[in-house]
Amino acid sequence: MNNKTREPLFHIAKRAALPWYRTWAIRGGALVLALIVCALITTLVTGENPLQVYVAIFKGSFGTSRKVWVLLQNVAMLLCVSLAVTPAFRMRCWNLGGEGQALIGGLAAAACMILLPGKLPNWAVIVCMTVSSILAGAVWAGIPALFKARWNTNETLFTLMMNYVATQLVAYYCVVWESPKGSGNIGIINPNTQIGWFPQIGSYKYLLNILIVAAVCVAMYIYLNFSKHGYEIAVVGESERTARYVGIKVDRVIIRTMLLSGAVCGLAGLLLVGSTNHTLTPTIVDGRGFTAVMVSWLAKFNPVWMILTSFLLVFLSRGAGEIATRFSLNQSFGDILTGVILFFIIGSEFFINYRIIFRRPAGKED
Amino acid sequence: MFDFISFIPRAVVQGIPLLLGSTGETLTEKSGNLNLGIPGVMYVGAICGVIGSFFYEQSHPGDAFQPLVGILIPLCCCLIGSLLMGLLYCFLTVTLRANQNVTGLAITTFGVGFGNFFGGSLIKLSGSSLPSIILTPTSNAFRRSLPLSPALAGSWFGKLFLSYGFLAYIAVIIALTAAYVLSRTRTGLHLRAVGESPNTADAAGINVARYKYAATCLGSVIAGLGGLYYVMDYASGVWTNDAFGDRGWLAIALVIFTIWRPNVGVLASFLFGGLYILHMYIPSGMNLAIKEIYKMAPYVVTIIVLIITSMRNKREDQPPASLGLAYFREER
Amino acid sequence: MDNKTPAVTMRNITKRFDGKVVANDKVWLNIYRGEILALLGENGSGKTTLMNMLSGIYFPDEGEIAIDGKEVVIRSPKDAFALGIGMIHQHFKLVDVLTAAENIVLGLPGKLDLKAASEKIRAICSAYGFEVDPNQKIYNMSVSQKQTVEIVKVLYRGADILILDEPTAVLTPQETDKLFAVLRNMRNDGKAIVIITHKMHEVEALSDRVAVLRHGQFIGDMPTKTTNAQEMTNMMVGHPVVLNIDRPEPKNPKPRIEVKGLTVRDIEGTLKLDDVSFTANSGEILGVAGISGCGQKELLEAIAGLQPVEKGSICYIEDDGTREELIGKDPLSIQNMGVSLSFVPEDRLGMGLVGNMDLSDNMMLRSFRRGHSLFTDRKTPHQLAETVVRDLEVNTPGVSTPVRRLSGGNVQKVLVGREIASAPRVLLTAYAVRGLDINSSYTIYDLINRQKSEGVAVIYVGEDLDVLLELADRILVLCGGKVSGIVPGRGAKKRDVGLMMTKLGGGQTNE
Repeated sequence: MNNKTREPLFHIAKRAALPWYRTWAIRGGALVLALIVCALITTLVTGENPLQVYVAIFKGSFGTSRKVWVLLQNVAMLLCVSLAVTPAFRMRCWNLGGEGQALIGGLAAAACMILLPGKLPNWAVIVCMTVSSILAGAVWAGIPALFKARWNTNETLFTLMMNYVATQLVAYYCVVWESPKGSGNIGIINPNTQIGWFPQIGSYKYLLNILIVAAVCVAMYIYLNFSKHGYEIAVVGESERTARYVGIKVDRVIIRTMLLSGAVCGLAGLLLVGSTNHTLTPTIVDGRGFTAVMVSWLAKFNPVWMILTSFLLVFLSRGAGEIATRFSLNQSFGDILTGVILFFIIGSEFFINYRIIFRRPAGKED
Repeated sequence: MFDFISFIPRAVVQGIPLLLGSTGETLTEKSGNLNLGIPGVMYVGAICGVIGSFFYEQSHPGDAFQPLVGILIPLCCCLIGSLLMGLLYCFLTVTLRANQNVTGLAITTFGVGFGNFFGGSLIKLSGSSLPSIILTPTSNAFRRSLPLSPALAGSWFGKLFLSYGFLAYIAVIIALTAAYVLSRTRTGLHLRAVGESPNTADAAGINVARYKYAATCLGSVIAGLGGLYYVMDYASGVWTNDAFGDRGWLAIALVIFTIWRPNVGVLASFLFGGLYILHMYIPSGMNLAIKEIYKMAPYVVTIIVLIITSMRNKREDQPPASLGLAYFREER
Repeated sequence: MDNKTPAVTMRNITKRFDGKVVANDKVWLNIYRGEILALLGENGSGKTTLMNMLSGIYFPDEGEIAIDGKEVVIRSPKDAFALGIGMIHQHFKLVDVLTAAENIVLGLPGKLDLKAASEKIRAICSAYGFEVDPNQKIYNMSVSQKQTVEIVKVLYRGADILILDEPTAVLTPQETDKLFAVLRNMRNDGKAIVIITHKMHEVEALSDRVAVLRHGQFIGDMPTKTTNAQEMTNMMVGHPVVLNIDRPEPKNPKPRIEVKGLTVRDIEGTLKLDDVSFTANSGEILGVAGISGCGQKELLEAIAGLQPVEKGSICYIEDDGTREELIGKDPLSIQNMGVSLSFVPEDRLGMGLVGNMDLSDNMMLRSFRRGHSLFTDRKTPHQLAETVVRDLEVNTPGVSTPVRRLSGGNVQKVLVGREIASAPRVLLTAYAVRGLDINSSYTIYDLINRQKSEGVAVIYVGEDLDVLLELADRILVLCGGKVSGIVPGRGAKKRDVGLMMTKLGGGQTNE
């Protein structure tokens, strides 16, 4: 009769796999777009010209050699937590508890540093720290895993809650071990004896962390892609029923993988306490457990690409921090910019997985 | 002797932000969207209200301040702010089918940053020596309780039931309405179907995307109100950066604790509020540390509920079956 | 019939998936009121896709749809309902945690009044002889109850164009007869009915007209009276086929698996297998018949060690007479003894293969544990994948293509090929040809027969009785988890086996 009820203007269809260069072109495009929007926002807030904003971001990250080291250290720590949560993600097990697992690892390390000096030589303290923090992280992830494996308890929500239990536990010990009394803070542990402090390589304070994380990264890449365990993880992630059918013990794989996930998180906590900060606060992990989820997802759970994505996020937040200082804004400005960039990249995934098909213009009869 | 008459009202005002947050999140989750951005949304709701009332108070000092306008402006700002966050979340996860966990966490990063940034900027703008914004007139308008005779207000009944600001009652009404809508109305039935099995809902002619959008946006707005209540009523109009703390996550915990039932949430939120402040009421002597352990209680209780419901494995108590999954009709 | 206006006219309908796979290619189809149309075609021929476009699940890439001569746009199932189109899907579209009544009124406008709805449901049920408890939760229902709910749902909406997608797959013969009677009543009421099927006898028993699709293309339609099974099969397949399956005599059969008093309960505590005893011989195909959900799956899984057993024994007997108990062993060690399970579930990829992995990674599923190295050996599976592709003529761009992208028949070949490659002593297979075109089915039958002649004990769970009767040496009939009887495959009557499926011992065993 009339053309009022024509077909919808467009509809969405799933795409066959895109070649890798187009995938990355789309992601790159989204990033550029995001940077433009960020610059606009910054210009709006500060009244500076956008180019100068970029210069500031760049300087904030690479301005001095100290800044470069801090940048690399932050990348390393974020990467470490991201690597930790990745095996679980590959198994489609949403471990959002990286924050708590790292924190509890840090707590274990700090406990050794505070309680053991005088009883053990320095090297033994460091060994104890390493063992106990890795164990603590593993246990913290193991608890939700146990329930997930046995009763299929929702791991996303469980691990999320475990974060706050860990935070409160650390807050508790921060008061118990406070120094000086009444401050509510632990302060630098063993400032004079430096017991439990990780050795420094040459004059580079952060080099040890970076090397350790680099080693973990390579190991994780090999583990996930070439080992039998890695293969089991992939099978369980894709189809639990298939896994069971070929005789993979799904419960065991879930628990084992979560233990590994927690152990690496514990390692991150160890490095933060033993090597970077020499103290413990409830906020020492600084939301990395959550940022790691994004890092890992953005990199499609690939440890090598995660170097890139964690670098990107740290670079942006350091840069935004610089803008904040430079234009005397508040430090949280960085979070806003990070958020905006994440929105763009998250949104861009759609154009990689789907395509929009436009109908021929309405009214054209054949 | 434990002083219930003073404890319970304080537990209630602690619980109201959680109640609003969890009612919002329950609606959202019933549509199959796991919005981990709720903490961020609550921050945004709070700061938008603060911004609105800050400028109103600045332009209408003293007697020029109209309580009604003083309520409406922050309320509208809060609603708009949190609505926008909800829309953003929906656009990314429903229209663009992005991963919900990642999107939610990004919203939280953004929202908390947004709150603290503008909070910090306003503090600077107000030139206050304290690191906070104080909106006493607005807060007074929000906190005004029913005009009662002093005798009634002073009685235990008055203290327990009639001593709160209007938003607290609205929060309870919203929660009860949400529970009614979910279990008794067609809209609620459709919403549950969308969260359980979008495929089925779609085949039954329910517009899945529209329900997801509506539930998530409404949920965000309700959660945003929680943020507003926190600043204007609970905190007496004082905004301090990061003071809101982990209440957003606690609201998400509450959703699990109440096994997705907003009516249970009314009492449960007061229980959570009570657990949150329990440490102030239990004599701990000089041991300040122990109060940090008490603060752990709501999370531990939630974990226990989560474990018990999964062990009992009753179908009605499980999370919505498609929670966290994007829906694409032509998925093969 | 030509002077009537069709209730539905589909013109030039084309639908592509993933931008490449053409599911429907310029299809024309008319559906008339007061007529039952059988839409016939092999699996994968695009029948369901075509009907999904009519019911608003998919949107056509090209082409037009007209209802009663008026061109319409069906954007969503809602639009379809408004036009009086109701579809009963093969996979039920029901929300498990809701009740029957809640599911039935789902999507309708107006105030929610479950009481009134229940009344109306009862009225519909008594009119057609259905049994539905409006307040029962779906997760407590059997498959046929669920289907009944689906049909009531469509009737409740007053649909006058009904589409049923393979409705009899889950029904007993009695239930099927009942359904057919209902459908005939509705036809006489002047409703237009489409039934999607690939079962020839259903077409002949029920339909007035038949339309045939092949590879997404419309081949032709004609009144059912003017055609016959052979002609329709030829149209479906594209060339004449012989409906004969090879059945060599078993060579030197010896007991290989002895099951005694096997009792299995599922997680909810429902009895799935009740005191099941039988022997499977080497060099023989033991067919397992039964309506779906009668314990076939549990039986195979129990033998493969995937299902906890309440009581009973499963003995594996070696050639030299050594007996070994399988119960209590884990799937891996049972596998290593040579018991291979090739179970093809409804969604085909759900168990046995990993859709997102490529062919060689899927081959690895069986073998990756070999050796003591921490790392996986990728070379052997790669070679195996290439062998399987070559020997079984798997149609794939290469061995590094994700299995998900292959068509049903090719997926099946990959799965069966892998299972056979491990040189099993016992081959357990279920629904091995489900969803396969006729040529691929025959390839699979050949493969199974070859295993049989090599002395493998084959336990074959099938859903098509005709095939079971032609392929199996003996047929074990299950009914509600109990053994209804074991009959020799040669000379067994379809009717008798059918009766045994629905009634223990076939009702009148003395006859």
